[in-house]
Amino acid sequence: MADIAAKIPNFKTNVRRRSFLKWLFTTGWRHVLGLAICVYAIFPILYILSTSLYPNNDINNTTTLFADVSWDNYDALLANEDGNRPFLTWYANTVIIGLLTSVGSVFLSALAAYSFSRLRFRGRRGGLMSLILMQMFPSILGLVAIFSLMSDIGQVFPQLGLNSQLGLVMVYMGGALGGGTYLMYGFFNTVPKEIDEAAKIDGASHARIFFTITLRLVAPVLAVQMLLSYIGVTSDYVLASILLSDPEKLTLATGLQTLINDPYSKDWSMFTAGAILSALPTVIIFLILQRYITSGLTAGATKG
Amino acid sequence: MAAKKQVEKTKEKKVKPVYPVSLSGIIWKIATLGLVDAVVLFMIMVMVAQERITESVVAAIVAGIINWIYLRRGGLPAKYLAPGVLFLIVFQVYVLVFSGYTAFTNYGSAHNGDQNLAIQTIKNAAYRVVDGGEDFVVVPGTDNKDGKPALLLTSNVDNKVYIGKDGQQKIEVPEGKFTLSANCADPYAEDTTTCAHAAKTAVGFTPVKISDLTPYQIRKYYSLRVVIDPKDDTLGIKTADLAIASEIQATLSFDEKTKFFTALEDDENGKFVKGDVFKPAENGYYHVDGKIKNAHLDAGWRVEVGLKNFVTIFTDEQLRAPLFKVIIWTFVFAFATVGSTFLVGMAIAFLFNHEKLKGKRFYRSIMILPYAFPAFLSAYVWVGLLNKEHGFVNTVLLGQPADGDNNIGWLTEEGPARWAVLLVNLWLGFPYMFLIVTGALQSIPGELTEAARIDGASPWQSFRLIKLPLLLVSIAPLLISSFAFNFNNFTIIYLLTKGGPNDSGVTDYDVGGTDILITFVYKIAFSGTGQNYGLASAFSILIFLVIGTLSLISFRRTRTLEDIN
Repeated sequence: MADIAAKIPNFKTNVRRRSFLKWLFTTGWRHVLGLAICVYAIFPILYILSTSLYPNNDINNTTTLFADVSWDNYDALLANEDGNRPFLTWYANTVIIGLLTSVGSVFLSALAAYSFSRLRFRGRRGGLMSLILMQMFPSILGLVAIFSLMSDIGQVFPQLGLNSQLGLVMVYMGGALGGGTYLMYGFFNTVPKEIDEAAKIDGASHARIFFTITLRLVAPVLAVQMLLSYIGVTSDYVLASILLSDPEKLTLATGLQTLINDPYSKDWSMFTAGAILSALPTVIIFLILQRYITSGLTAGATKG
Repeated sequence: MAAKKQVEKTKEKKVKPVYPVSLSGIIWKIATLGLVDAVVLFMIMVMVAQERITESVVAAIVAGIINWIYLRRGGLPAKYLAPGVLFLIVFQVYVLVFSGYTAFTNYGSAHNGDQNLAIQTIKNAAYRVVDGGEDFVVVPGTDNKDGKPALLLTSNVDNKVYIGKDGQQKIEVPEGKFTLSANCADPYAEDTTTCAHAAKTAVGFTPVKISDLTPYQIRKYYSLRVVIDPKDDTLGIKTADLAIASEIQATLSFDEKTKFFTALEDDENGKFVKGDVFKPAENGYYHVDGKIKNAHLDAGWRVEVGLKNFVTIFTDEQLRAPLFKVIIWTFVFAFATVGSTFLVGMAIAFLFNHEKLKGKRFYRSIMILPYAFPAFLSAYVWVGLLNKEHGFVNTVLLGQPADGDNNIGWLTEEGPARWAVLLVNLWLGFPYMFLIVTGALQSIPGELTEAARIDGASPWQSFRLIKLPLLLVSIAPLLISSFAFNFNNFTIIYLLTKGGPNDSGVTDYDVGGTDILITFVYKIAFSGTGQNYGLASAFSILIFLVIGTLSLISFRRTRTLEDIN
């Protein structure tokens, strides 16, 4: 706390004319608290960064952040000399699985949400409500069922069964309707129906209206949904660890875990280097899109 | 009646929006449907080849329905819902139904298939390798004449080469009709340079690569038994690894008609003696004489056990105390998490909802980092930070000595572990709440607070009486979802503490101080020796009922579902 307080004068260079006390009571205390919260938020991440840059380090033994900085861990991770941690393969797997799933599931739930928002049919209310309820059944509880289902499918189609990335994507897509439809339904409701009507009068088919007008109008929200879905999928550890087993088929979540799985050879430096590399793109996209993310999270609930 | 229907029909026609049809639309539709049909056709062919008739009929029906949905005019909702619903049915509805059914069975590691699978498993395992018997190097493949699985065998005794098929005697392949591989004929040969070589392939035989085999095909090879003496069916040649085959002597005989097993030798552990007859019992095991109190064979099959699993949940003495504790902690954990993340998130949102504040973007960018960073990675990092002996929290923030015996065991003592889990979850969750409260605040019209200010309301009154209620109305559904999510927040508990520290010795069940229901159930299903899917499924159903009911009631009360109509 003390050193944060000491930093405050740096923030008020441009408000010298006003009295310090007045500044403190209007916005100054907000900066103090804001900085304190920032420290809480960023400290573990700085810690990962520091550990990943510290050569031959063990996460349990660092007491000073950024005591020494080198790229050794990153080099070793990417070089994969002993051949049992194909980090780049895991990376590619994760990106492919994440992209397929996020694009696919956002598309599926957009289709469903469109029909709930624009069309009137019997079972509409019941359908939407069962989707919300089904979302309450978390996939962990169905692990046994999913495992046995995938093992059965694998008996006939090994390409889709256990230890298959395509199979994993399909399992994720199964959660698409429950996960995204309700939020997306809210977004579609914010698009004025008159636009549809006008396009229809101009001779557009329903598919054309959906793909070229409605989807375009909610594009930022779709992007945010895809990003959130991507983060969800790439963070998933449980399903992936149950369904995938070959080292070269693993995702980052399951693969990096193998680095610290063995209690006798926990490789924290590799792990943290891998963590930084795998989080980097997501964090960057997240920061770029942050303006949209707030609306992406709430629009469904607050009805725009 | 008919008249009424007629009226309804015309009414419907009037209301129904008529969309124009475009040529490119039709082309797209036909191309996509054609692709789907081709894939389904291929799948049906594969399934028929494996004698899975029921599955192929189901696939054909599903394909028929899909074609009907997209080829008929009208029925627009179905066209938009079908793709998602298909995945939903296969991977969610099926999972629900399966869990529902499993809850009424004894499905578990010892009972994981039907009786035929159990018989197959018992048969495949009920033999011993004959001491000093002949061994063979194996190449799996198929017989060119009938395409059936066959083994190319090279004897380690006389290096002769044979083709062996299930239920038949081995047939010798004459010299010159086979080619040799680099492998030795004697699998135990020490000198691999001068040894006689094993056959690689032979005329009339097509070898297959083991990596190309499906589990179904591999099972066929494992159950394959070459006859040695047509008069004695307890002898044979079998492979257990598709590399080496050995002469074996069966220890159990199976009667195809009665489906009973008979012991051919005394059990080495003295559980049964030669001549004992194993009959299926209602608990899904082969017991001597079919009586449950007698010895049974290892592999069992799935049988329905009625309400037994539910009765266990409610009456098992071993389960009662830990279960009660776990349930209380689950609710505390979920409420405390939603409450703390919401309060902190809201406080920050109000803090920054100030027009004159500079650097908002900077603060926000830093604060959403915990949300953007993959949660599983953060969890591991926190494990390191909270380490008792060397963790940063203990040694640097709290100034305790490294390796100190009196350091706080953040992850190893029950009290601190619970606080640790909550604090880490606060770290993970507050940015989300901050974002949604900010979003909701922006949608509250400025005139409302302005009017309150003019009427003389203090900032606190304006917050408590105007902003907070409006805020709660709009984000209540998200709070409920967050509660439901945290009620089942498996990842964070499992990665941080695995539910521990364990209450060892108190109960037969694997349960710890930070176990919430979902991690407890996970351990019942997947960890330890006695994996009990039936019991775990019964738990799953109950959890789903509880959380579903709670959510439904809260959704009703917040009236968020009313706008669906």
